[in-house]
Amino acid sequence: MRALARTTWVELKLFRREPLTVAVTLGLPLVLLFVLGGVFGNTPDPEVYRGVGPMDYYVPAYIGLVIASLGIVGLPAHLSAYRERGVIRRFRASSVPMWAVIGAQVLVTVVVAIIGSALLIAVAAATYDIRFPSSIPLVVAGFVLSGLSFSAIGVFLGSVFPTSRAAQGAGLMLWFVMMILGGAGPPPEVLTEGMRAVGDATPVRHVILLLQDAWLGFGWNWNETLIVTAFLAGAVLLTVLLTRGRLGAER
Amino acid sequence: MGTVISVDGLRKTYAQTVAVDDVTFSVESGEIFGLLGPNGAGKTTTVECVQGLRRADGGDIRVLGLDPATESRELRRRIGSQLQESALPDRIRVWEALELFTTLAPGAAHWPTLMEQWGLVEKREATFGSLSGGQQQRLFVALALVNEPEVVFLDEMTTGLDPAARRVAWDLIREIRERGTTVVLVTHLMDEAEALCDRVAIVDGGRIVDLDTPQGLIGRHAGHVEVRFSADLGDVGWLERIDGVERVSRRGAQVEVAGRGPVLALVASALVERGVVPDDLRVERSTLEDVFLALTAGAG
Repeated sequence: MRALARTTWVELKLFRREPLTVAVTLGLPLVLLFVLGGVFGNTPDPEVYRGVGPMDYYVPAYIGLVIASLGIVGLPAHLSAYRERGVIRRFRASSVPMWAVIGAQVLVTVVVAIIGSALLIAVAAATYDIRFPSSIPLVVAGFVLSGLSFSAIGVFLGSVFPTSRAAQGAGLMLWFVMMILGGAGPPPEVLTEGMRAVGDATPVRHVILLLQDAWLGFGWNWNETLIVTAFLAGAVLLTVLLTRGRLGAER
Repeated sequence: MGTVISVDGLRKTYAQTVAVDDVTFSVESGEIFGLLGPNGAGKTTTVECVQGLRRADGGDIRVLGLDPATESRELRRRIGSQLQESALPDRIRVWEALELFTTLAPGAAHWPTLMEQWGLVEKREATFGSLSGGQQQRLFVALALVNEPEVVFLDEMTTGLDPAARRVAWDLIREIRERGTTVVLVTHLMDEAEALCDRVAIVDGGRIVDLDTPQGLIGRHAGHVEVRFSADLGDVGWLERIDGVERVSRRGAQVEVAGRGPVLALVASALVERGVVPDDLRVERSTLEDVFLALTAGAG
């Protein structure tokens, strides 16, 4: 536990020193939320945004996007750089257990997601009359499940990308697809059927629906719970199978 | 205590390539043991198997009585490793790395002392990515020592250091040994092995081609000595009759005597006997480099 706590503390400090990751995962969602709020305001329209005000729709959606950014952009680039440059070898040789290295990444993801969400909520609440969660326990449960799921996806991507440049490039591309088609861009109601199908295939779509339903008072969405859990299980399984538990440390 | 590392018939293959082929050696407590060979000879693979970082395909390895393949956790607590081709996160600070690795090692050394010993105090707040090659190497060695290991593995530790920094590193390696720690040194630098090692295994093509003290190796494979001096001798035939002398040549007052064994002492005493006392008597001996070239010439 001591190893995990120490490693997590150092990793949190390292995250803070990574300007690109901080900008993409914390700054960009905030800017986008602001732009969208400026354009669409927060007056409900029964045709779009699931019948709620645009800002009410976007706040939980962007919480989902922050979690996704960490799992798609931050974690894979960080982890593949560790593997590529021999940091994991270095850690292993000094008795830093692999589970602590991975565990620290997961904890950093969750902590930074909490900070990012708090920022989003604070800014949105200061500028618009937004709805607050109808059920805090359900939102927290959705948040934790989503955080774990995207951490697992991040660890998986981090262990399959050959280099950190590849991970960063592919991560940013995936991020844009997820942002625009996954429910954090234009309202899904105005997307074409093909775009919606692509959006539905991204994990962020399901994380957003899970969080929105809990936030907006539509109840706990078991269907999305199942899908998000399936992404979590799939990512863990694939990581274990592909790395045989060694995460590319030994050739 | 006696033997700290014993390796018997070690074998490691990557796909079709045999990296290490039937390697056998042992390392005694308190010595500096060198693995010397060209790049790709199998040195790093060998020490990584010994440290439990890679799994051997065959053979038996014992380090401090432990099997690195199955008892690597216990082993890691008692050894220190400075790895080739490894790194720390670019943005981690020197003191953070030392503190992190120290808190994770039970019964660890006092890291500020290590930081001082390895000349890193001024770089305390610097990030790993901003350090020079030499500073990074010193940090790695300091990290290898945080758990006060009984055996420390140094893999190409002076690569990337300038000559002055290398000398400093050599002194530090000797210091590690003075404290009673056994050192396994992997290098492709002949002068480094000759200056530091008590015994050297010469590795080529995945095999140990010979193993002895540097002097033993030189004596066996390249015990060539050249003695030079200037004197007005006239006839030099008597020099050729000295034991071990193979060839005498003269250009003006410059005399060169080539041979094997204790030629210098015999030539010097013969000169003094005849009242010849040159003040520029000097000797050129073979080095480990000559041994290495002699041993690996056939393979290339």
